[in-house]
Formats: sequence, structure tokens, C-alpha cells
Amino acid sequence: MTPLLEVRGIDKSFGPVKVLHDVGFGAYAGEVTALVGDNGAGKSTLVKCIGGIYPTDAGEILFDGRPVQIHTPRDAGELGIEIVYQDLALCDNLDIVQNMFLGRERRNGLLLDEDSMEELAEQTLSSLSVRTVKSIRQQVSSLSGGQRQTVAIAKAVLWNSKVVILDEPTAALGVAQTAQVLELVRRLADTGLAVVLISHNMNDVFAVSDRIAALYLGRMAAQVKTSDVTHAQVVELITAGRSGDLGLKNGVTP
Amino acid sequence: MSKLVKELPGEAIVAAAQAPSIGNSFRAYVQRVRGGDMGALPAVLGLVVLCVVFAVARPSFVTAINFANLFTQGAAITLIAMGLVFVLLLGEIDLSAGFASGVCAAVLAVTLTRLGLPWYVCAPAAVLTGVVIGIVLGTLVAKVGIPSFVVTLAAFLAFQGLVLVLVDEGTNISIRDEVIVAIANRNLPAWLGWALYAVCVAGFAAVQLLRARKRARRGLVADPLSLIAFRVGAVAVLAGLAVFVLNLERSRNAALVSLTGVPIVVPVILVLLVMWTIVLRRTAFGRHLYAVGGNTEAARRAGIPVDRIKIAAFVICSSMAAVGGIVAASRASSVDPNTGGSSVLLYAVGAAVIGGTSLFGGKGRVLDAVLGGAVVAVIENGMGLMGYGASVKYLVTGSVLLLAAGVDALARRRAAATGLR
Repeated sequence: MTPLLEVRGIDKSFGPVKVLHDVGFGAYAGEVTALVGDNGAGKSTLVKCIGGIYPTDAGEILFDGRPVQIHTPRDAGELGIEIVYQDLALCDNLDIVQNMFLGRERRNGLLLDEDSMEELAEQTLSSLSVRTVKSIRQQVSSLSGGQRQTVAIAKAVLWNSKVVILDEPTAALGVAQTAQVLELVRRLADTGLAVVLISHNMNDVFAVSDRIAALYLGRMAAQVKTSDVTHAQVVELITAGRSGDLGLKNGVTP
Repeated sequence: MSKLVKELPGEAIVAAAQAPSIGNSFRAYVQRVRGGDMGALPAVLGLVVLCVVFAVARPSFVTAINFANLFTQGAAITLIAMGLVFVLLLGEIDLSAGFASGVCAAVLAVTLTRLGLPWYVCAPAAVLTGVVIGIVLGTLVAKVGIPSFVVTLAAFLAFQGLVLVLVDEGTNISIRDEVIVAIANRNLPAWLGWALYAVCVAGFAAVQLLRARKRARRGLVADPLSLIAFRVGAVAVLAGLAVFVLNLERSRNAALVSLTGVPIVVPVILVLLVMWTIVLRRTAFGRHLYAVGGNTEAARRAGIPVDRIKIAAFVICSSMAAVGGIVAASRASSVDPNTGGSSVLLYAVGAAVIGGTSLFGGKGRVLDAVLGGAVVAVIENGMGLMGYGASVKYLVTGSVLLLAAGVDALARRRAAATGLR
């Protein structure tokens, strides 16, 4: 099986600081791939390289097996790669429908086609089995953290995306809301999307992921199936870059 | 998958959308108000209280002639405030709007009198001057990145000088062009007033009904007929009363000269109100304006050209100031260095804020400017009738502006506390 999204040999430096060393990474359709790593391991940088926000110094990105060039967020969007950032980029003073279509409004001549947008937003939310919002004409300011995360994810799904990358979607949520968002993440993968989940939380990672990719000091320590490893092994990969046979062989020092 | 995901405790999962009815709409409204989203409520309440106080203190306040005066008195400020709403929505401010209206009025006067051009050249020239001013201010704010407060404060001083240059260091240019003078000084014939009323009420009803029917047909939540009937009925009664009173004879000596009808500025304000409301509520541009005001970074990431939106808002603000300047020049039948000066700007900002537009950006409507403009006009008019001088007027209007801004800030805090913002 070839990954839907694959990066090979990515290098990235910010001035004298080399943040990513020869990183390879793959995300498969219908699976949740967890991207884990300690603070500063390069998770966000890797995602921003994929999303077209940072240019890479070396390496290639393959989409569906063929090499692609991603220079701007728009390029990523056109390929069907959507990133849900940690700060959700929602407008508090707009309602759910308005946020989901922000910047890509449907028009009827000069005027907005509110009704068809509302319909489509409703369909998208119900296809994700989201039933937690009272009305989709509710202002986002009145939503809870979990509901906001749901809206941000639904916004990413609305555009027939194929790869959805979620940057710490549960970091600021309570237990119940975390469960809701994780269920949604799982459902996204079940509908055939390739989902990349960046997370610090081992419980979340083991709850929903099919594969785990561990970054250690800018290097890909290991990509393994979730069912093949234990909590302890993943923690070792994150903190030391190796765990038994897994991980980086020739020791890396900070 | 673990158990954690399968069972969903906590937060209730509510599927049923609330059935729309007058009762539910009313309850939802009360909830919004208590949550800190008061909308136009302070302005409407303030208007009622002020009117009652002035009516009791000075019976002449409730005469037909004074009622008509309110419209022509408040028109220029209301028009400037309508433009200011666009800039305030972004969380920016335009302190130069008052003198921008003065500059545009001076351009109108100079082209009319010195150059002897017809009104249909001069009025567009004045508005065009507003557009140019807006482009300059907007570019300095959006592209150069100078805070709008500083840019427009500088423009406030500079435009004051520009007006003086245009009117030759302080002469008073009188305007005799019939059409320009008519805007704020003449009235529609009674039948035209009623025809306009019929068109407006019928149009309002048609828009509401059509939208509800279209939404119902697509299976979306639509406003119920009873609610629409209530809204249309309220508008019909209030507007009908206004047209009726304005059509009463208000001349002191009716045999000599008859004075009846809806002032011409009223349809001017109505047309602009409808136009800008459609732009804000029903176009992508309006949506993007709210988005930039609510969360600039989110707007940028959504691919919205933030800089262009900002410049456009300043252009709209300055060109509406030009329209306000034309009306002010019409009302005074002249332009002098004080046109658009003294308290005009603060009254206009006050009108927008009193009406419910937030100084923090992201919240506001064009209608706010009209409601707030009515409050400002009533205060100015009523205080004048009470015989208070300029000192008390300034003090009272300043306090009202402070009160409105305070209500805005407190409502925001309350909204934050109740999780509505």
C-alpha cells in the first residue's frame, strides 16, 4: 500500500539551526497517523512544510505516489490537504456556516447564496454525525472548546479534502470534549481520509491512531503500527529517540 | 478503539433545532440581551426616555414642525456615522471623517460657485474627493501600517487647513443651486410620501416572505408567518405614523406659505441604509469585513485580502462623509471653515456607538448609525428647546457618548463571562 501523502528526505533550517534532518513520513488513506515528539522535535515545522507555509531546503513531497510542489497554502488546498491549526482560526463574531465557508463563499450573482451554504454545512456536519450544536446559525463565540474544534475540523472536511492534519486538537479540551473530538477524528479516517494527528497525549494517540510516527530532535525516530508497540516504547522513542530495536541506531545527541 | 471514544459522557447532545415561533424568538432575544449582546436596545430605550422627558418638559417638542426638524438636523451626522460603521467594524477609527465632510462640502461649493458647474457634476466631484481621501487614509493604515488613530488625527488637522484653503481663509460661500438646497430644505408632496411608504412597507414584507418561503422549500429553519407579520406590522405602523405627522401642515402661517411633506433627506437616508445593509449582510465583501474585524488572522488564513478590505472600508467611510458634507452644505445653504468641524465627528462616532456598533470591531450594523443618529438629534434638539446653551449640550452629549462606550465595554465583558464572546 502506498501512502496517500509521503515526504522523503526533508531538510529544514532556520538560519544556523537545523530543525529537520532527512525526515521521511507517510500518511495512509483511511488511517489515523499520529505524529508525536517532544517540544521542539519539529512536528509543527514538518506540518508547516507540508502545508506550504515554510519552504523546504531539501527533500520531496509525494501525493498519491507522484511528486508535487507545494509552495503556498493554496497549493496544499488544491491538492486536498487541509490543516487545522492549534489556534483554530475561527471568527468569533460569525456563525458556524459563515465560518465554514469563510473566504470561499458561494454566490448567487453578486449576493451570497446563504441557503445552499447552510444546506451544505448541515450535510457536512451530519455526515460527521455532529449533533452537539443547537443551531448552525449560532455564533462561534457561544460554542464550547470542543464544539469549536468540531467546527474547525468540519471546515477542513467541507472542501473534499483528502488529507486532514490536526495540530493538537485536544490540547485545550476537557475529558468529555476530548472524547468527542477523538471520535470525530476516527470517523474522518473511517470515511477514507488520511488523517494526521499531532498530539502529546499518549492516551489520545493509542485511542485513535493506526500508526505512530515519532520525531526526535528533528529526526524521524520510527514509524510503527500502533498495535505493535506499547505506551512505554513510544515514550522512550519520544524522549530518547530509541527503544530496544526501534528508533535511531547511531545515538543522536542534542 | 478504546472505550474512551465509544461512550460520550458529559455535554448533552441536542439534535432538535428549536421550533421557530414568536415566543421562542422572543426568548432567544431576551437570552441574547442578558448575555451581553444588546444590539439596538440601549438606543431604542434611550430614544423613548429622551422623547418622553423632552415632551413633558417642553410641549413644543412634540409638534409636527419640530418632528420634521429632527430629520434635517440629524441627517448629516447620521450619514457620516453610516460610513464610520464600516471603519469601526474593523476595530479602526476615522477621526478625520468630520473634516473630510467639510473638505468635500467645500469642493462642492467651490465647483458650484467659482467654477459655475451644474450640480450633477459638483456633487459627484465632492463624493469623488471623499473616495480619494479614503484611498489615501486606507493605504496609510493598511499598507504602511500606521495606526488609524494617528493617520486620521493627522488628517483631522490637515483637512481643517484644507477647508480654509478651499474657502479662501474663512469666507463663507453661499450655495444657491436649487437642487442642492432642496436636499435638506424641501419636502416631498404628500402623495409621494405615501407612495414611498407603500413601496417600502410592501418591499420589506415581500423580502421577508420570499426569504421565508425559499428557506422553507429547502427544508431550512424559516421565520414563522406570525413573526414576519409582527415585524412588518411594527414597521408599517411606525413609518405610517411618521409619514402622517410629516404630512401635517407645519407652517406658522399656512396662508402665506404651506410647509408639509416628508423631507427629501429621508428617502436619501433610506436608500443608502438599504444599500449598505445589503452590502454588509448579503455580499462576500460584507462577510469579509466582519471576518477581518472579528479575527484578522483567521481572515488572512482564509485567503481574504485583508489590506484591500481595510482600504475599501476607509473609502466607504470618507465617501459617506462626503455625502454627509453635501447634506450639511444644503441645510446651511452655505459652506464655511466650520462645516464638518466642532462636534460633528464626535456626534457621528457617538451615533454609531450609541446605536450598538462596537468600538472593538466585528459588531455593528448600518441601522445602528440611524438609530444612534436619532438619539443625538433628539438630544441636540431637545436641549435647544429647553434653552440650554452650547456648554450644557456638549456636556450632555459627551456624557452620552461615554455612557454608550461604557455600555459597549461592559456588554463585552459580560459576554466574555457568559461565554458568548
